[in-house]
Amino acid sequence: MIAKRLNRRSFLRNAAAAATAPSLACPAIAQGQARVVVVGGGFGGASAARALRRLNAKVAITLVESNRTFTACPFSNGVIAGLRDLKEQQFGYDAAAKDSINVVFASATGIDAQARSVILSTGERLGYDRLVLSPGIDILWNALPGYDEAAAEVMPHAWKAGEQTALLRRQLEAMEDGGTVIISAPANPFRCPPGPYERASLIAHYLKVRKPRSKLIVLDAKDQFSKQRLFQDAWAKLYPNLEWVALSSGGKVIAVDAAAKTLTTDFGRHKGDVVNIIPPQSAGRIATTAGVADRTGWCAIDPVTFESKPVPNIHVLGDACIAGAMPKSAFSANAQAKACAAAIVRLLAGEPVVKPKLINTCYSLVAPDYGITVAGVYQPAAGVLAEVKGSGGVSPLQAPAAYRAQEALFADGWFRTITAEVFG
Amino acid sequence: MHGGVRMQVKCFLAVVTATCVLNADVFAASPEPPPAAMACSGCHPATASVQTPVPRLQGRNATEIIEQMQAFRDGKREATVMGRIAKGFSDPEIQAIAVWYAQLN
Repeated sequence: MIAKRLNRRSFLRNAAAAATAPSLACPAIAQGQARVVVVGGGFGGASAARALRRLNAKVAITLVESNRTFTACPFSNGVIAGLRDLKEQQFGYDAAAKDSINVVFASATGIDAQARSVILSTGERLGYDRLVLSPGIDILWNALPGYDEAAAEVMPHAWKAGEQTALLRRQLEAMEDGGTVIISAPANPFRCPPGPYERASLIAHYLKVRKPRSKLIVLDAKDQFSKQRLFQDAWAKLYPNLEWVALSSGGKVIAVDAAAKTLTTDFGRHKGDVVNIIPPQSAGRIATTAGVADRTGWCAIDPVTFESKPVPNIHVLGDACIAGAMPKSAFSANAQAKACAAAIVRLLAGEPVVKPKLINTCYSLVAPDYGITVAGVYQPAAGVLAEVKGSGGVSPLQAPAAYRAQEALFADGWFRTITAEVFG
Repeated sequence: MHGGVRMQVKCFLAVVTATCVLNADVFAASPEPPPAAMACSGCHPATASVQTPVPRLQGRNATEIIEQMQAFRDGKREATVMGRIAKGFSDPEIQAIAVWYAQLN
């Protein structure tokens, strides 16, 4: 009976395939229900699972995520600055479950690429035809000497949103007026390139309004950063108490002492009342376990399918992947997820994959009514995701306040839209 | 000029429809979107309930989407990010995206 049904299905499939394009691959869908496992329920993974369902009603989709509540990083700098509540950052997986996505709350502890199965913390194994890894980042503890998990309880990173975000907020609230806040920004690559500078801006805004005798120092391991001219122009106008120290001026932090809240740079020492260390990062641990991360700690992918270069049938998305010119942003992860889902549908059907075209827009708030952006359009070229010539760029350097206010308004709309698409 | 655009739109519609029929087994729920169409929904909401100044694209007139994208691209319509994004798309890409969004509800 089953065999008969399969034969009829594969006959129909072959007839359809013959009418469209020649197909040599053996389509997984024709052999029974195709199985896709997605590991990581952030902007990349949850987007991928839901986009797959929108494209294909039949494929069996399992989403593996260790937390029942997702806390979004974009806009979490607003929480740190007291502009919004952490609850506004939090989302669940009910909508995914309603889409007939099997949501499993566990962590993936291993990948057996030969057997094509994911091993969970519960001991369960999930077989897959295609695996999507969207594990985000892991903090490289002790890559910055002295910065370990215990130190992060004193000097929060707040680079994975949640309790760390709330901790940094509480520290800023408790600080006396006249205190010193220090942010340490890492070398490239790291999650959310403009993030440290948006954070500096919004903390400076909080200090200006509530603790005007305080100062903020950004110690940077770089000489250049995203949207630099736009940020620096705004800082000069709005935040005289914000000092940015570039790599070439001794900004690189080389060691931290959590007990003394002291940072050592090439040129000296800085003591802060509140210290935020944005530490060096790599792709989430499961990427290394699966063998998809390279020596840089990030994952090389095919820019058309997002399939891992070293390990077939595993696709890597979002912050964890090496996406060429695309920045590590939630917008990028969401766009990549949808392109990857379309590729997987075609790969499962044994059909040729269509070259994707992707968009990114990174909104940053310099003040609640002052938004700036960098946007780009990307497509595969010479084996990487390259920016389409003539497209993209940052907000104009000279613009009226109304333009900045409009970008702040669009930023807010973007957050509502993307979270509705992914979690709503 | 308008007539030219409309005729091209009709051609694209025909191609999209043909593709849908052939791929009906795989894409039973909705026709496969053209490249980049899905990336639009990073900012353009899929449902009317989302509070944002950015308009929905689903069900909009294809010619209107094409004209607006071309105006953004050529700097004839003021914009924040759309001018920068529209410059990354060719006429055939814009047409394919517009036709796909026009046939959605």
